[in-house]
Order: sequence, then C-alpha cells, then structure tokens
Amino acid sequence: MRPGLSSEIIDLTIEHVILVAIAMAIAIAISVPAGILLTRRAGMRPWVLGFANVMQTIPSLALFGFLIPVPLIGGIGKQTAIVALVLYALLPILRNTMTGILSVDPAVRESAVAMGMTGWELLWQVEVPLAAHTILAGIRIATVTTVGTATIAAAIGGGGLGVFIFRGIASVDTAEILAGAVPASILALISDGGLGWIEKRLAVA
Amino acid sequence: MAVRGYVVDRGLIFAMPVNGHPVIFKDVSYRIGDKLVLDRLSFEVPAGETLVLLGRSGSGKTTALKMVNALLLPSSGEVLVAGKATNQWDLIRLRRSIGYVIQDTGLFPHFTIERNVGLVPLLEHWPPEQVRSRARQLLQQVGLDPVEYLARYPRQLSGGQRQRVGVARALAADPAILLFDEPFGAVDPVTRLELQNQFLDLRREVGKTSIFVTHDVREALRIGSRIGLLHSGRLEILAAPSEFVKARTPEARAFLAGLEEPVL
Repeated sequence: MRPGLSSEIIDLTIEHVILVAIAMAIAIAISVPAGILLTRRAGMRPWVLGFANVMQTIPSLALFGFLIPVPLIGGIGKQTAIVALVLYALLPILRNTMTGILSVDPAVRESAVAMGMTGWELLWQVEVPLAAHTILAGIRIATVTTVGTATIAAAIGGGGLGVFIFRGIASVDTAEILAGAVPASILALISDGGLGWIEKRLAVA
Repeated sequence: MAVRGYVVDRGLIFAMPVNGHPVIFKDVSYRIGDKLVLDRLSFEVPAGETLVLLGRSGSGKTTALKMVNALLLPSSGEVLVAGKATNQWDLIRLRRSIGYVIQDTGLFPHFTIERNVGLVPLLEHWPPEQVRSRARQLLQQVGLDPVEYLARYPRQLSGGQRQRVGVARALAADPAILLFDEPFGAVDPVTRLELQNQFLDLRREVGKTSIFVTHDVREALRIGSRIGLLHSGRLEILAAPSEFVKARTPEARAFLAGLEEPVL
C-alpha cells in the first residue's frame, strides 16, 4: 500500500458521502411532493413519469457528459455531478410515493373524508403515514443506486471514490481501483441496511 | 332533551330521547353518465327516527346514504340536513356533525383504538384528557373493556370488535345524525344479532336520527322505525315494519319471500 492511501480513502469517502447526501436531499425534496401532486392530478402522470423514465434510460456516463455544456447547472465539477445524480434518483422515489399513497385502502380514505378531515389532514394523518414505508423503500433504492453512480462523478471532476477508480483504470493499478470500489460497496451496504431497518419499523400491517 | 318520542323495540315501548337533526330528500336524482342511479327520491327522516333503506345491490341505497354527508352531491334536487341543503353547508362542518359507519369499518390501521375513536374530537381540538375519557366511555358503551382495548391496534381485534369500535368512533363527537352502510354485513350471524341488539340499546340511550342501509330484510324489520324499499333508484315503499310486511309490490314480495322460506 502506497503511503498516504488510507487518509486519502477517508477524505474521498467523506466527499462521496457528501455528494450522495446532497443529491438525495434534493431528489427527495423534489420527488416526494411531486409524487403526492401526481396522486391528485392523474393527467400529469404520463408526462412526469415519462420524463423521469427517460432520465433513467440515459447511460450515466453519457448523462454526465451531456450536462457539461449546459449553462448554469452544467460545467466541470461537483455541481454538475449533483444535478446528474438527482436526475437519476427522481424516478424510484416519485413512483414509490405515488404508488404508496394510491394503495391506501379506499375504505380508510373514504372514512377519513366522511369524518370531516380536510385535504391536509387526510394527507398528513392518513395517507403519508400509511405510505411511509413504501416511500422509504423508494428512497432506499435510489440511495443505493446513487452511491454506485456517484463513482462516475469523478469523470467530470466531481470527486468522490470514483477518483481512485478512474486513476486505477488509467494506470492499470488494481489496488487503486479496489481502494475506490470497496469503500463504495461498503457505503451502499450500510445505506441499504440502515434505511431497510427504518423501513421495517415504519411498516403497518 | 326537550322533546321525547317513543320507540317500539322487541315488542316493548320505550320513551326515547330525541336529539338529532331531521334529514329531508327533495326530488333527488343522481346520474353517472346516462345511468340514473337515483330517480327523484323524496322522503323525510324526522329527528330521532331510524330509517332503514332496504334494497338489492345496485338499487342506489348506498348512493342515497352518501348524499347525506355530501360524499356525493345530487345531480338535481336537494338533500336538507337540519334545514340546510348539503351544497350550502361547509362540508367539513357537515361531516363532523354526522357519524358514519361502513362495512369494512375504515378504521385507521396506524392509530390505536383510542385515537381511532377520538378522531373527530381530536380534529376538533378537544383537550387530550377529554378525548381520552370520551373514548373510554364510548368503548364501555359499545361493550368493549377500555383497559384492555384502548391501546390496541385495529388488526389485533376481531371483525365484530372492529365493528363496535366503528360505531364508537361514529358517536365520538356526539353527532346529530348517524349513517350506517351495511355495518354488520361482514360479521357472523351470532355477532350480527349481538350488534343489532347493541344498536337498539344505543338508539334508546342516545336517540339520534339514523339512516341504516342493508340488504337484509330481517335486519330491516328488527331495527327500523320505518323501512324504505329502494328498487332501481326509486323509492318503492316507505312504511313502518308492521305495514311493510303487508306490502304487495313485486320487489317487496321478493324480499319478504326470504322470511317465509322453511329452514328444512
């Protein structure tokens, strides 16, 4: 092991986590309200889901590349990387938020309305709590995927554990590649396990 | 309780407190596309009465019920609750003054029994201690031990117990009107009989205006002060049980035939 590698692993892991955390925070802030809105506006569903679907189909390396020339959100660096990661994370959260709320038992929803709940009371006291574990499942899938995809951010100067991987590929150095890949896998496993645990606790039989 | 009426129950006459609001249907029709679900329905439910709407599936009885708490609004005509048309009411106020019990109970699976029963009082911002004592009192009233059940969740209860909680929840904020949509349809016959008796006891105690939807003619005869027979969205007969059994329309005979059938 070359000198200074362990401290570099720690630095880049932290950078990676920050990248993922910011991207996920933005993706959640967009997708959860958008998913709720879609349960109220059936006409918008094909458009919004279509857009999120298309974003998912673009190969990640290509998406990072496409964003570079875009003004304001594009360019080289973390900002562009975060935009790309957000675009990827939208669909699973959006779809699960919508599905979770739409699958609330109609008898429960009807009795909530019949008992005189306002729209907000219905949403916050009934729909969101009952959909919470489905929404969280979407967030978990998106987070795990984002941890992996974020390694590509290094290709456009976004930093993170991908720095090791790209450097390793360029210099044909397996140890260097592993220094990026192993911590990335561990991060993915930790986020999967942690969010899965919370998800189970939110489940209502 | 200034006004008192009388209720005939299992052959006995009881003085009954009357403290509900009247409900009046005036020429109410309801259309879905070309289909006429309700056809110029007109009737009156005086305060404190239990009207049973009897009919087969698709006769429009549930639709008629949902007109009262404005889950549906008439295509033409009007439903008057306490003298005011449902489309003139503040819907939230209207619904919080009407108790609603449905077949699958619609209990909130993520709330304890206490919070389920206390829901409308909580929405109305009653102080927590008052909500709790109200929930206790109501569970007792529907025959469930509060100590044992308050902290449980709906999935930990049997179908009959959930139905009792559904009734307790509907009574929580002391509504002026109660609506029942085949509330005892999904429970076993023995439990159904118990629940019907409980309903009659409650009616004697609280005396609210009630509209009760069922397809079971025995249930209708047991609990109704009057029975309205709905057929294809029209009110065919509206009569007291003693009159209803003498009815001769084809639909009434079809329902009454079930009473005469020998068991063996």
